[in-house]
Amino acid sequence: MNNESTPLLSVQDLGKDYGGQIGCTDVSFDLWPGEVLGIVGESGSGKTTLLNCLSAQFAPSRGAVIYDTRVEGQRDIFDMSESERRLLMRTDWGLVRQNPRDGLRLGVSAGANVGERLMAIGARNYGEIRAVACEWLEKVEIDTGRIDDQPSTFSGGMQQRLQIARNLVTNPRLMFMDEPTGGLDVSVQARLLDLLRGLVTRLGLSAIIVTHDLAVARLLAHRLMVMKNGRVVEQGLTDQVLDDPQHAYTQLLVSSILQP
Amino acid sequence: MNMSQSQEQADIVEGYNFAYLDEQTKRMIRRAILKAVAVPGYQVPFGSREMPLPYGWGTGGIQVTAGVIGADDTLKVIDQGADDTTNAVSIRRFFARTTGVATTERTKDATIIQTRHRIPERALSEGQILVYQVPIPEALRWLEPRETETRKMHALEEYGVMHVKLYEDIARFGRIATSYDYPVVVNDRYLMRPSPIPKFDNPKMDNMPALQLFGAGREKRIYAIPPYTKVKSLDFEDHPFEIQKWDDCCALCGAKDSYLDEVVMDDEGGRMFVCSDTDYCEDRRTEGHIGPMGTPLAAE
Repeated sequence: MNNESTPLLSVQDLGKDYGGQIGCTDVSFDLWPGEVLGIVGESGSGKTTLLNCLSAQFAPSRGAVIYDTRVEGQRDIFDMSESERRLLMRTDWGLVRQNPRDGLRLGVSAGANVGERLMAIGARNYGEIRAVACEWLEKVEIDTGRIDDQPSTFSGGMQQRLQIARNLVTNPRLMFMDEPTGGLDVSVQARLLDLLRGLVTRLGLSAIIVTHDLAVARLLAHRLMVMKNGRVVEQGLTDQVLDDPQHAYTQLLVSSILQP
Repeated sequence: MNMSQSQEQADIVEGYNFAYLDEQTKRMIRRAILKAVAVPGYQVPFGSREMPLPYGWGTGGIQVTAGVIGADDTLKVIDQGADDTTNAVSIRRFFARTTGVATTERTKDATIIQTRHRIPERALSEGQILVYQVPIPEALRWLEPRETETRKMHALEEYGVMHVKLYEDIARFGRIATSYDYPVVVNDRYLMRPSPIPKFDNPKMDNMPALQLFGAGREKRIYAIPPYTKVKSLDFEDHPFEIQKWDDCCALCGAKDSYLDEVVMDDEGGRMFVCSDTDYCEDRRTEGHIGPMGTPLAAE
């Protein structure tokens, strides 16, 4: 369907300043359909700022983010009108936040959370919305008997999976994930990673994952970008970067992993 | 002319401008009303004034009425359908004393009807104005706390979240349990809160020949539905909008088509249902309709 020769997302010299401070600067890369890109780096290295600019949460100070839309082909997301951009964000994109409480609507049931995007794009049949919600709860391994429970009664891992289901319900092509496994214990993390890996392969999603956990990056990402002080210091295939780090900071990062 | 009109004739108080507010304020309110009529369902901000009654008692409705009332108008004020409750009596008296206009309890004689929580049962006609008192004008308020965001949602027509609330109702109660202040879409564009009228009254708003004005004093908003405008209550395809129904009829006039209030009679569980619209009930009794507990009106 998609032209194989155009990247899904093309980022050119992107930069974001906070007053005199640099959030991130001189970031350029292409993301191809079906590719998972990991962004790693220490706290304060500009990972989340970059993700927020890419996902149009912030307006960048410089540069362009060009997305290959389904209908009109390549468009700079910051040249779109706000209504076009918001429609894109809730249909073709997904955004999974570190804290599921930021990404979920906590006052309403799990089913309503999953159905919200459908209703936002005009679904008006209760039975159908509910059937789709059930389907997605199954796909993310949440018991469908809990469809009418509030997400606040769910465990952290379930909330995170519910957040993923809520984003995937409109069949997006691009997912942004900010520390999707942060705050979860190791066994729950493993299940979530397994699920994510399965979903990404099965649905042919592209994803940009911000993480400080190199193990997560190795499992999920095809390609890795290492950031420090708002700049990309090294990028390449995940195995290549992790097994043969070139930049001094990447070498430090890789050697800091605890070996149990 | 008739009893109800003459008995309310109060002395006009000295020292106040016509309808209490000064002329500049009334012009400002009229400008807001004109804009509201031009953009049906859109909430127009206005400089709400301090009124001689507390917020929540109808300051918005009073200011709108003061903006549109003229010396030859006839005013009716209802509260929960009744003309004789404290709030209705004091607001009617307020305008009688500050303007000297005629007041009435009869829906068909009134040119302006200020209301809280009901639309009169008798169909309104062209030339009449219905003024609603509104506590919270923003339909998205309990779903989205940020005012900047709700304005953006109105601007971009992003109303999906309202259906999330209705979905939640069905998931929890098996049906849409919202029974008053039921959200509507005006003129296929703006989502609007109809003020806390029962959803029984929602169908009356659709294509109404009278002009409907809404005033929210504390929240400083005016909005409007011009005559003959489409007003649609939100629903799902498989859970369509429904109004309340009663098994009983009105105990006094026998009406089956009006909104009924339940009145507890004693400690043994005795109760009766009566029309909430007192004028409608009286009209029917004058015409000779009698309910199971009613007495012929002529005998009184």
